Amino acid sequence: MANGVDNLVNQVRENRIWRSIFRSGSGESNLRRALFVQQNVFLHLFSIKSRKRVLEFSATWYLGALTFGTFLILVITGILLMLYYHPSVPQAYTDMKDLQYVVSSGVFLRNLHRWSAHAMVFLVFAHMFKVFYRGAYRTPREFNWIIGVVLLLVTLLLSYTGYLLPWDQLAYWAVTVGSNIASAVPLVGAKMRFLMLGGTAVNANALLRFYVLHCVILPVTAVLFIAVHFWRIRKDGGIYPGESASEVSSK
Amino acid sequence: MAEDPKRALAPDSPEEMSRRQFFVKVGVGSAAVAALGTAGFAYQYLSPNVLYEPSPIVDAGKPDRYAPDSVTMDPQTAIYVVRTGEGFFALSAICTHLGCLTAYKPDLGIIACPCHGSKFNKDGVKIEGPAPRPLPWLRMWLSDDGNLMVDRSNAIAIKQLVRV
Repeated sequence: MANGVDNLVNQVRENRIWRSIFRSGSGESNLRRALFVQQNVFLHLFSIKSRKRVLEFSATWYLGALTFGTFLILVITGILLMLYYHPSVPQAYTDMKDLQYVVSSGVFLRNLHRWSAHAMVFLVFAHMFKVFYRGAYRTPREFNWIIGVVLLLVTLLLSYTGYLLPWDQLAYWAVTVGSNIASAVPLVGAKMRFLMLGGTAVNANALLRFYVLHCVILPVTAVLFIAVHFWRIRKDGGIYPGESASEVSSK
Repeated sequence: MAEDPKRALAPDSPEEMSRRQFFVKVGVGSAAVAALGTAGFAYQYLSPNVLYEPSPIVDAGKPDRYAPDSVTMDPQTAIYVVRTGEGFFALSAICTHLGCLTAYKPDLGIIACPCHGSKFNKDGVKIEGPAPRPLPWLRMWLSDDGNLMVDRSNAIAIKQLVRV
């Protein structure tokens, strides 16, 4: 039975169409496996080989991968929520309520989006603590730490801009308070608040600006920095293996 | 004109610039000018020229609407109309800390902010809390048809009562 399945898989892999997409073909050799990673547009960001111990749970607690997982959930559920949500003052709140009570599975998708957002913020912090306490931020990985800090800021801004979109009392006053905190910046604070809100108060312009930031500008920024973040892991010698095997101690 | 190819790259004297250096400078310079222009353009585009926001000038109605020694809040326009024995004045209801809407507590005779606990007296002077400034007095006047008018965008430094 198992052999039959293996034969079938191998037949599919040797198929001409399959081979035109995945050139590395079938086989158990490390070369084939390495080629599979190297020739895939998404996987080629990663190392073709990893130490076994860095793939164990204890090395990373999989916090970075889990963060990326929540990000994927947020993108998918976010796009689905966009199909029912209008970023306008008369509609935003009722659309949010419709998603909860009228749209099939709307409450599930909205809650999934909300809880994934909370989880992502938590996981980003946890990931950073893990990296920090393992010392994995040190040379040659210091630049990737900086990219991580940028990603932290993008995550927090995504949370903040998403907070306004339900357009309820909590959202309205949270963003009123938040934008007033921004206006405390010396000299340019008031102007910054004006540009951020597109006006002097949290209103229709602010809702639209936060929507565009939340759904386009910040996610695109996040994707670009995530790509660089993953690629730098390979360029910096793979996932940090720990003190005893590290480049730092061998110096 | 046959030219030594090395001449284009290496200048004859330190003051002289090679053709390549010249073009690099021109290129970087134009890119910098374009970047500055783009920044200015972006800034202007992102600043709305017309705001469809409610007018800062509020018609607060006839003075006899307000009982003597009363503080009346209009949550829609975020102002207090205060009537004392001598006259009227208008106070902004927006907390000077982080912009929350304050509320008048008639039993305590104070104005309190629900967000971070700032408290003010009826003159807008801070009693306690994180608010850095008193609630501003707003310019108030009587219109030709005898209504109290308030300009929310115009805080007055010298406290003046409108006497009717």
